[in-house]
Amino acid sequence: MSKVELPVKPDPTSSRTGTLKSPKHRQNGMPLWFKGLAPLVLLAALVMLFLRVGPVGVFQQSFPPVEKLTIERIRLPAHGVMEIQLVNGGPEPVTVAQVMVDDANWVHRVDGNRTIERLERRTITIPYPWVEGEPHRVSLVTSTGLTFAGEVAVATLSPSVDTRYLTTFALLGVYAGVIPVFIGLLWLPFVRAIDRRWIDFFLSLTMGLLVFLGADALVESMETSRLVAGAFQGSALVLLGVVATPLILAALGRWRGGVQRERTPLQVAALIALGIGLHNLGEGLAIGASYATGEIALGTFLVIGFLLHNTTEGLGIVTPLADQRPPLRSLVLLGALAGIPTVLGAWIGGFTYSPALTTLFFAIGVGAIIAVVHELYKLFHRRAGSGLAAPLNTAGFLAGMMIMYGTGLLVPA
Amino acid sequence: MSNSGEGGKMSRKKDLVDQSMTRRDLLKAGALGTVGVAAAGSVLAIPGLGQSSEGAQGKASHHDMMTVGNLAPGSFDPSAFLTHFDTGIVSRLPSGETLREYDLVAEDREIEVAPGVFYPAWTYNGQVPGPTIRCTEGDRIRVRLTNRGSHSHSIHFHGMHPSNMDGAFEPVHPGQSYVYEFNAEPFGLHLYHCHTVPIKRHIHKGLYGAFIVDPKGGRPAAQELVMVMNGFDTNFDNENEVYAVNTVAFHYQKYPIRIRQGELVRAYVVNVTEFDLLNSFHIHGNLFRLYRTGTDLSRYEWTDVVALCQGERAVLEFTYNHRGPFMFHAHQSEFAELGWSGVFLVEAPHV
Repeated sequence: MSKVELPVKPDPTSSRTGTLKSPKHRQNGMPLWFKGLAPLVLLAALVMLFLRVGPVGVFQQSFPPVEKLTIERIRLPAHGVMEIQLVNGGPEPVTVAQVMVDDANWVHRVDGNRTIERLERRTITIPYPWVEGEPHRVSLVTSTGLTFAGEVAVATLSPSVDTRYLTTFALLGVYAGVIPVFIGLLWLPFVRAIDRRWIDFFLSLTMGLLVFLGADALVESMETSRLVAGAFQGSALVLLGVVATPLILAALGRWRGGVQRERTPLQVAALIALGIGLHNLGEGLAIGASYATGEIALGTFLVIGFLLHNTTEGLGIVTPLADQRPPLRSLVLLGALAGIPTVLGAWIGGFTYSPALTTLFFAIGVGAIIAVVHELYKLFHRRAGSGLAAPLNTAGFLAGMMIMYGTGLLVPA
Repeated sequence: MSNSGEGGKMSRKKDLVDQSMTRRDLLKAGALGTVGVAAAGSVLAIPGLGQSSEGAQGKASHHDMMTVGNLAPGSFDPSAFLTHFDTGIVSRLPSGETLREYDLVAEDREIEVAPGVFYPAWTYNGQVPGPTIRCTEGDRIRVRLTNRGSHSHSIHFHGMHPSNMDGAFEPVHPGQSYVYEFNAEPFGLHLYHCHTVPIKRHIHKGLYGAFIVDPKGGRPAAQELVMVMNGFDTNFDNENEVYAVNTVAFHYQKYPIRIRQGELVRAYVVNVTEFDLLNSFHIHGNLFRLYRTGTDLSRYEWTDVVALCQGERAVLEFTYNHRGPFMFHAHQSEFAELGWSGVFLVEAPHV
């Protein structure tokens, strides 16, 4: 990237573009579109030149090749078969010469040319007698002798696209995402009946829950961003999701409302449901992927963990509706919005796990939660007699985080 | 790369074989399924060894644990190296001694250590291991080292010689040359290698070779093989990714060494493996007479595994009375699985 940008900076046209801003120079000579496009044309010409003759001058020296292969996933589609999915995220083409499994050379088949161009993907199939329940390591040896390693944490048959798998994850999504959210919604009569200052307490608690979820999602997205192939810039994806999502949600709010108006409690609840839903989508992706690669067993314990963890999310959704009488249909929609993405995420994650996609979804979840907490805070200020720093409200906020922490203990990372 | 000898499996396994196929490989007795004939001479065509395992858990054969593809045409050929001895340019000195002169050129060269895996080696005469230098006890040896490499190098011979012929304290800088001259003693199997610092790197990058000093009366007639056990740290993490005898992983498994039933075989085995404490040599279906360092013609041990430290070597003598393929490999399974295994194909005796 920098190769291209460096020589462009001293381009004299950049000073001329300044004239665009001052109207008195509008009339002189060239049309506006030309002034706007000229730098781009020059840039394109320079890129073409570099592609044709190579970078002039400084980069002439021959550097050793920079090879970067990323193993995105290792599947075990059948007994005695191993499948490596990889992508070349580096700047140069890479040739996979040999494959080692558990420090032994092994025969294999590559679905295409052994030389993998930048951003290209390959699947390598290895007839390897892997051992159920034990870890395995694979290592790709490139033509220059560099090695790129991957690991199967616990070997078990990878699920294939079939109804059993779809049902499993639909059920998991329902148990872990949909049911708990709906159970949480059943707190509506309760929050409607309680004293005003206790509503403030529960709003604070909701904010605590959300802040915890947001931080959790942020950490997740940063973790998966490290698995993203270099060229796809994992950390940039995190930034993109975190910053763009609240901005877009805010812009949408304005566009719908025309002039800036306060959101109604139902809108805030919908926003919360959306934020939680996006978070659950990322969570579903991670669960699906871990299940597919044998890293987690979907035991009763895990499902109970999600059940408890996510029930509190339902409480978060209904608290802003304490003064409202929302129709049942709205409540069902809210629950669906928050819970069903878990199913979708699990389906996607199980079949086509992509670190880039997972990172982005988690980051979007973070962004959505930022927007939600902001809205919630505004709502809170509009109605609350006392601020967040009031002892009861602070206690609520902290309680929210503690609940998430406590129930999180039941869910293995 | 496998050929099961069964038509159906053969064609399926063919898919595992990669695109490139050289003429040399076709000539190598149809090692690939493409030829469609279970030709003798290729271990891959031997019944019982070539069972495909794809899709069958726990049924892998030795042909699944293997590199894929072929070396580039014109690469170093371990099969030729195995039986090639450089006896030098021979002349007689006025004193009546035999003079043997050798020219070694140190140069940087990229070598192929497994199909498609290239390693930036430092070599003697463009090959790893360097040429096998052979002479007779008492011969006058004159070795000229010319350094055309990018770093200083030297040759350190094992054996007895004057201090300034030892190669330890006289680095030969790029563009320079040096003549090592001494009388070959004692008889035995020795080695030579670069002794320039950092020594570890100078050795593992390929500057070594076997140095055979025959006893004056010679050894009994035999089929003689040079086997230099080496390894390559292709990603420079101070661990070997590739192990082999004579550089190329699994070479003698793909192209078995043919020996004759009832005939004496003598293997000159030298260990120059870097990073690992020991390497070892094991033969199947037989035992060998082990002459450590080859310096004694009468005393030997009768065994089927020998462990050698780096720089240690041994002369092995054995005779197979049964025909068929017999594996030989390091008895460190890890080394064997990363390339250090091969096959003796014992054939009917000459009529």
